[in-house]
Amino acid sequence: MRVYLDNAATTPLDQEVVTAMTDVLSNYYGNPSAQHAIGRTAKGILEIARRNVAELINAKSSEIFFTSGGTEADNIVIRSAVTDLGVKNIITSPTEHHAVLHTAEEMNEKGMAVLHFVNINEKGEIDLENLEFLASKYPESLISIMHANNEIGTLSNLKTISAIAKKYHCIFHSDTVQTMGHYKIDVEELGIDFLVCSAHKFNGPKGTGFLYIKNIHKLKPMITGGGQEKNLRAGTENLHGIVGLAKALEISNKILDEKRKKIQSLKNLMINLIKEKIPQIGFNGLITENESLYTVLNVSVPPSPIGDMLLFKLDIEGVCASGGSACSSGSNKGSHVLAAIKHPEDRTGLRFSFGKFTTEKDIRFAVDKLQKILSE
Amino acid sequence: MLKLPIYLDNNATTKPDPQVVEAMLPYFTEFYGNAASRNHSFGWKAEEAVDYARQQVADLINANSKEIIFTSGATESNNLAIKGVFEMYREKGNHIITVNIEHKAVLDTCRHLEKMGAEVTYLKPSIDGLVSIEQIKNAIKPETILITVMYANNEIGCINPIKEIGELAHQNNILFHTDATQAIGKIPVDVIADNIDLASFSGHKIYGPKGIGALYVRRKNPRVKVTSQIDGGGHERGMRSGTLNVTGIVGLGKACEIAGKQMAEESQRLSKLRDKLEAELLKLEETYLNGSITKRLPHVSNISFKYIEGEGLMMGVKDIAVSSGSACTSASLEPSYVLKNLGLDDELAHSSLRFGLGRFTTEEEIDYTIEHVKTAVTKLREMSPLWEMFKEGIDLKTVEWTEH
Ligand SMILES: Cc1ncc(COP(=O)(O)O)c(C=O)c1O
Ligand SMILES: Cc1ncc(COP(=O)(O)O)c(C=O)c1O
Repeated sequence: MRVYLDNAATTPLDQEVVTAMTDVLSNYYGNPSAQHAIGRTAKGILEIARRNVAELINAKSSEIFFTSGGTEADNIVIRSAVTDLGVKNIITSPTEHHAVLHTAEEMNEKGMAVLHFVNINEKGEIDLENLEFLASKYPESLISIMHANNEIGTLSNLKTISAIAKKYHCIFHSDTVQTMGHYKIDVEELGIDFLVCSAHKFNGPKGTGFLYIKNIHKLKPMITGGGQEKNLRAGTENLHGIVGLAKALEISNKILDEKRKKIQSLKNLMINLIKEKIPQIGFNGLITENESLYTVLNVSVPPSPIGDMLLFKLDIEGVCASGGSACSSGSNKGSHVLAAIKHPEDRTGLRFSFGKFTTEKDIRFAVDKLQKILSE
Repeated sequence: MLKLPIYLDNNATTKPDPQVVEAMLPYFTEFYGNAASRNHSFGWKAEEAVDYARQQVADLINANSKEIIFTSGATESNNLAIKGVFEMYREKGNHIITVNIEHKAVLDTCRHLEKMGAEVTYLKPSIDGLVSIEQIKNAIKPETILITVMYANNEIGCINPIKEIGELAHQNNILFHTDATQAIGKIPVDVIADNIDLASFSGHKIYGPKGIGALYVRRKNPRVKVTSQIDGGGHERGMRSGTLNVTGIVGLGKACEIAGKQMAEESQRLSKLRDKLEAELLKLEETYLNGSITKRLPHVSNISFKYIEGEGLMMGVKDIAVSSGSACTSASLEPSYVLKNLGLDDELAHSSLRFGLGRFTTEEEIDYTIEHVKTAVTKLREMSPLWEMFKEGIDLKTVEWTEH
């Protein structure tokens, strides 16, 4: 048996999504910029996908820009806010994804904007008073705060942050990569300026995402040359990927409540089983229902001789989990998120993340294996 | 039976090869892991697939697999190459040499860099679309850090003297980037023999999927580095962050493998069909071939049908998907800047059509095209007052036109 509990890294695709994409790949291969009928058909498919996505988050079609994923979308926001919108200060959290963090750091290093970190507590929660203080001190900043942390699942209240941003004329961006398709997101209600989406986090394809830009903001392209995406993002559109994204978001939004209930109960089950069977294990970040992402559970394993081999052993036993984010450098540098919440270095952080295909059996299996490994 | 419409716009994009789609499918359904997940077999499977594809891509252009960076397409590759070199080698100089008929992804990027302090020389090609070594030599300055010249042009198909340009660049310690989007997979491209330091290309031009491309970045003699343009998880050896598009990469790899196997035969077959089409269409009066006839991709032909609007002709042959101007720029009624920069007047530029043949083009389709384009041209000209005047021997250049 092999159980996949790494859905925050990426998710299995929905069969319906695969079918929709295969259809495009095989039958609708035109270039949406071409003037002939085959091209115009492709353009039609593209614009229908855009409209569907827009409706699902209560935005206008003209506010949706397709990208190659969440990373690119985050880069566009941070870079363009500085170069095109005159942002001089960036307020963000040390627990953001590297797509935000490294880009903001680069702006800081190049002297193009000054970076300010908001205080967080040991659960990864944003100190809202401190945020308000920073916003008042640096009005008209870019505030970039993720909706849910991808490693520990702690949620931020976007409405509250949005209100703070408004009060001090800040621009508000949220990396919603981990919550899109898992929570109802309404851009009007949130009053947000930017948010980003990556399809592979909700049973869609890798290599496609979108950026929502509130229509009052006009950005210049980061990738230049060709004028696609209303001149914000050049390059021939990844049509099958975009269709897959729209389909995946549509399916996700249809089953939001039911999915949430199901996965939340699996998460609760895992919490309870761990508390009962492996009481020495603690939990990183918040684990209460309304304050944490229902798809993520990050546990803290006390120091043991197994240490670094824990994930490896879990894999041998058939449990796929992660040490934090799917990091690409290959080096075991340790998680910047766990460091930021002062997780003791001698303990091991493990992330289990769930999806709509996760079952109760998977959870019991994983806890059993974890217990077995730790008692060896 | 002939199936309509006939697709002759293979320079804009190509239909994915069924083998490519088939290769991609398991990575949608079964092996869905994140290639950066280091701790379990789903991740390893995905990483293996990426490594395998990287080798397939490298093999096609005689590169080392470590020299292939995956991107979302040739547009991004061009951006990464040019901006990335400019930022990385800024200390060395700020001068870039390019040509004014490059793809917009190169030209717009150069324009952008001009605002950032770059000095760019835009060479003007000869009427056949080619730049000469002499031209480039004369443009080189002590501050020159990059020469970027496309391998083959997307509108007229002409092929530049890449090997010689690369040699010249290397003699002068200048990096050489080529936008090889139209060439790779269609004609032999060898990054070593051609002295290329950076090369951009795209999956959807070679019967692979859209939304995936690559940048070749040389690692030896010289070792080339580019500053990343998208930051984050540090993927692709830090040069391009973002979760890898595993299925797209698998598709690109497969497309490269197939291209490598079929190129020789395919290019022969297509050039025969292209030559037939071209010979027949050029029999029409006042019809001109654009671009070099000898140094050219095997599957494309760009022809101006004087006294007719390209768009009008496209409407006249609705069952044939061709292009007037480049499909890669958003539809506008401006005549193609490529043709204008070759020195064609607006009228000839406006009356051009690009026929781009591809892997799935049949002789029957070419015969149909010949017949229908000929008929449409003849009919449109019969209705054209300009044609009538021309026939009456009036020199249109001497007629005074009022603005309209
Ligand atoms: C919070 C967050 N932001 C951004 C990203 C990057 O998105 P993508 O994988 O599409 O590049 C991820 C996932 O990798 C993420 O979890
Ligand atoms: C020569 C050339 N360069 C770059 C591109 C851009 O490629 P992509 O659409 O993959 O971004 C194209 C085609 O669109 C092209 O023909």
